[in-house]
Amino acid sequence: MSVNAKPLPPINPDTQPFWDGCAQGRLLLQRCGDCGHLQFYPRMLCAACGSRTLDWAESCGRGTVKTFTIIRRAVSAAFEPDVPYVVALVELEEGPTLMSNIIGCDPAVVAIGQPVRVTFETRAESVAVPQFEPMP
Amino acid sequence: MAKSHSLRGQVAIVGVGDTEVGKVPELSATGLCIDAAKRALDDAGLTKSDIDGLVTCNSMAEPHMYHAEAMAEHLQIFPSYCVSAGAGGGTTFAVLYQAALAILHGICNRVLISMADSLRTGLTREQAMVMQSSSGHPQFETPYGATVPGYYALIANAYMHRYGVSAEQMAAVAVTARAHAALHPGAQMRTPLTVEDVLASRMIADPLRLLDCSLVSDGGAAVVLARAEEAGEGPHQPVYLLGAGEGHGHEHISQAENLTSSHARQAGERAYAMAGLGPQDIDFVELYDCFTPVVLIELEDLGFCGRGEAGAFVAEGHTRLGGTLPMNTHGGLLSHCHPGNPGAMFALTEAVRQLRGEAGERQVVDAETALVHAQGGILSSHCTAILGRGR
Ligand SMILES: [Zn+2]
Repeated sequence: MSVNAKPLPPINPDTQPFWDGCAQGRLLLQRCGDCGHLQFYPRMLCAACGSRTLDWAESCGRGTVKTFTIIRRAVSAAFEPDVPYVVALVELEEGPTLMSNIIGCDPAVVAIGQPVRVTFETRAESVAVPQFEPMP
Repeated sequence: MAKSHSLRGQVAIVGVGDTEVGKVPELSATGLCIDAAKRALDDAGLTKSDIDGLVTCNSMAEPHMYHAEAMAEHLQIFPSYCVSAGAGGGTTFAVLYQAALAILHGICNRVLISMADSLRTGLTREQAMVMQSSSGHPQFETPYGATVPGYYALIANAYMHRYGVSAEQMAAVAVTARAHAALHPGAQMRTPLTVEDVLASRMIADPLRLLDCSLVSDGGAAVVLARAEEAGEGPHQPVYLLGAGEGHGHEHISQAENLTSSHARQAGERAYAMAGLGPQDIDFVELYDCFTPVVLIELEDLGFCGRGEAGAFVAEGHTRLGGTLPMNTHGGLLSHCHPGNPGAMFALTEAVRQLRGEAGERQVVDAETALVHAQGGILSSHCTAILGRGR
């Protein structure tokens, strides 16, 4: 990988199904078979009850911007062409929060509480990263 | 039920040492760590043979796989307690009370805690930036290209949005820190600042501007800890550990339960309980000011201000020398220095000098009791310590 490429997620066996979902355009959450808790990021145990019985559930992909920033100084050369770019925390309708960029709009229009929806950015062969864009 | 009162007044800091800070190209990170250690030993009137406990933290510029062990070899000491602490900025005071426990339980008699790094001259700007931002979750945060200021800006934006805290009020934190650094002959940045200067500085990650962000520095600091009964043998007024407590929330900011308060609250409550003291008993504070809004959240979490009120509290001047709660009397990470993980060590050595009455122009009048707080990660891991002239 070139030093100028954006980082790829170091996928591991615990998270492989999540990233497989992304590659197919589906945003997957984990759902606890015992207590019904929905969680992100994917992990070994239910964060609510400790159960090992976890399954996958597809998120509707809609959420709201919980907070955000506009990055004016890129973290590395790979992100320099994107400056200024938005990094946000997005709260999904199902409850869990995840980090994302907000893409497809002028950073100046992004606001806390703004409705957004998921889209997927292909970063390598069979690796897609969830991204969010303003709801049309 | 934890018997948390058992530590109060049982150990004391008997020596402190700070290296030169800012740009120190003539010393490696290892050199700075040893320099700080030697200064603290000299200050305590001790030699290396008096030390049988050693705590360090790893360096980013010059990492060692087993850092404390490498420093022990370098010093040629052969301790019975030797550990490299590694939980970011919050480790400083956590190791302080863990070392106190080692002393009280007879594992060792005197512990040297020395921490240093060369983020300014030992790394390129890009290396320092990438290394620090590697605190992001590798799968679920790093792919989005946030910097450390970016992660903290997520908190700053949420805090300002929720409480209506203004950019001017955040800037007052930086202005106060600089006013105090101007009175510290060793501080990295001593030219006074105005709120207008902060607001005119370059935006780094909205709403954080350059002067809302702490420095990038070389430097190190060290303390020597001894049993309270033996603390009076040294050349200086001992400074006693009265209380300490940790609090741990999330590790990654995207997993934070709350963006406008933190587990500083739990850390503070535990430290107050151990000391048998409350916020009203504290004469001055040294808080972790990696970014200006962090200080505001800490002032609220530690019980000095109501929710959303810390911005006005600082802007009104209460945290200046001569105010009701002088804060970051050496200039903090914003203006004194910030060499990364060792940063809060300077808050500790400053608190000791204040409590000894050795702070010169920046002395807090009649300082008897201090609270120091450090945090690591992105408002993740916290430790509070309460120190006093008396036991
Ligand atoms: Zn469950």
